[in-house]
Amino acid sequence: MLNSLWLSHFTAASCLGHGLAPTLAALRTQKGGLVPCAFETVTDLATYVGEVAGVDEAPLPASLAEYECRNNRLAYLGLQQDGFNAAVGAAAARYGRRRIGVLLGTSTSGILQTEQAYRRRDPATGALPDDFHYRTTHNTYSVADFVRTAFNLEGPAVVVSTACSSSAKVFASAARMIAAGVIDAAVVGGVDSLCLTTLYGFNSLELLSSEPCRPYDADRNGLSIGEAAAFILLERPADSLDADAVLLLGAGESSDAHHMSSPHPEGLGARMAMEAALTTAGLQPADVDYINLHGTATPSNDAAEGRAVATLFGNQVACSSTKGATGHTLGAAGGLEAVISALALQQGFLPGGVNTRCVDPEIPIQYLTANLQRAPRRVLSNSFGFGGTNCSLILGRAQ
Amino acid sequence: MKLTAYLDGIGLIGPGLDNWPAARPILAGATPYESRPLTVAAPQSLPPAERRRTGLAIKVALAVAQEAVAAGQLDARQLAAVFSSSGADNDNCDALCKTLASDDRSISPTRFHNSVHNAPAGYWGIASGAMTPATVLCAHDGSFGAGLLEALTQVAVEGWGTLLVAYDMPYPEPLHAKRPLPAAFGIALALMPERSAHSQARIALSLSDAAPDALAAPELEALRRAIPCARGLPLLQAIARGEGGRVVLDYLAPLSLAVEIEPCR
Repeated sequence: MLNSLWLSHFTAASCLGHGLAPTLAALRTQKGGLVPCAFETVTDLATYVGEVAGVDEAPLPASLAEYECRNNRLAYLGLQQDGFNAAVGAAAARYGRRRIGVLLGTSTSGILQTEQAYRRRDPATGALPDDFHYRTTHNTYSVADFVRTAFNLEGPAVVVSTACSSSAKVFASAARMIAAGVIDAAVVGGVDSLCLTTLYGFNSLELLSSEPCRPYDADRNGLSIGEAAAFILLERPADSLDADAVLLLGAGESSDAHHMSSPHPEGLGARMAMEAALTTAGLQPADVDYINLHGTATPSNDAAEGRAVATLFGNQVACSSTKGATGHTLGAAGGLEAVISALALQQGFLPGGVNTRCVDPEIPIQYLTANLQRAPRRVLSNSFGFGGTNCSLILGRAQ
Repeated sequence: MKLTAYLDGIGLIGPGLDNWPAARPILAGATPYESRPLTVAAPQSLPPAERRRTGLAIKVALAVAQEAVAAGQLDARQLAAVFSSSGADNDNCDALCKTLASDDRSISPTRFHNSVHNAPAGYWGIASGAMTPATVLCAHDGSFGAGLLEALTQVAVEGWGTLLVAYDMPYPEPLHAKRPLPAAFGIALALMPERSAHSQARIALSLSDAAPDALAAPELEALRRAIPCARGLPLLQAIARGEGGRVVLDYLAPLSLAVEIEPCR
């Protein structure tokens, strides 16, 4: 059993906007943020992306200049929203700088910096330019190091990089560290940013949609890549919580042990992760009011996940994927969708999926294409990654 | 809560260190260390199609994982896994960046799915059949410590048997000049919640700010300093000597990790 933890502060920046207010407004009005891809020098891919506005115009403070790259700029932009900066500062004062962990998910970190540096190799020697800093940009740990350094924290820190489940799994790791007494609070979440590796990589797998992605649609034809920064301050519940306080109730992890880039066809690993999340929360399937699906809009993901959801929950639980609005933010998806789930819990509505015109009749789940004015008490959020790493989280209202 | 576990199996591979039985007398100081290039076989436990796609990082990770599981006579399908590396498949990373900097950006699907940091964990799942939780970490030079901390919280809090697999490989140029890692290296530890007939030691972990221990042999100490996952070697040196007591491992400044060791035999 997991001891419930409190999401005392949270925020997100995605193509829906910077911070919770524009994110909520977009969800309320079912407005998506996907646009035709014109990212960087990528002009040859007919796909849509969820690009965060203003990242290029927001340089890092001079004291953090060695961390300059799109991923850390996006992280910094995210940290400025909704008073998150101040909340971490207050937590550091309360608990001590060594008692706060930084556990973040990313898949590609600052690889864009390296992709661009390779274009600027010395024509004679092949050397990378002097202004390229590996440790603080390219290295997978860079974003957690950046956040730990920006807040002047001295506790444990790590990046979880399990592709698209990365920033869901950080909740499970942080919960263990808090349960073990290693830390008292954790900055968790994920940051992943657009880069050539993922755009051309998903293109090579023929998994990019040529239109804004349509999760769970009968004619879904691939995903749209997005980017996001999502941050959550996780700590033990205060003695008295507001009714709309959001708690982490359960976390379940599993592996497919099947294939590097295709899910288990029956969704067995997905089902095991959802079952484990229910077990750690001490809940039954009927206790869940809404499922934020992984729902990438690839034919195989949605079929496998849908099968797993139908096996466990039948068609009794309202479900949707919010990736039609945000795109698939990869290593940030678990964190972003935890924030969206927390908004649904606090604001009392179920977000309908966008772009889906005809729900796949082969998948017998209750997929929402319109918002429902119904206040959920408990939400399950799924994140499944390449290499078959799965994680499901259960969040709930304090009352 | 005390972060304790029983160490039931060890896997090790590095230059001049072919496996744990061969490395043990070297680390104990009974046999001199001789540096020579690392050799590692392709993992026979993978189906041929997957085996062909594995680069050095995956081979090293799977070799030490397999060795630790076999040494502890454990069932891999019952173990959670924590993979930790400061990089990943670094040859693959270089190849992708070169292609993406060229006029033809068509990259191969295999190169792309091998580019994820968790590729070795994915191949391990396919090879072992383990559907248990697997996480994959990076903390730059502190990656071994981060992996050990995660593995011990899994054992202590969840009661899982957890396989820690820490591995690194060099980058080719031009990245090598920016991140000079001299050789591939791998350490795997099978960490169990209960003592068994195969338990070699009970270990207990805590955060510390003591300076990390150095290794006795200068060549081994050079490896420890140069390769992130080799920063776990002081623990293996103590196990090789059958010594109890405390070792301090590198982690993330200002923190280090103190490991109390109690031999089981």
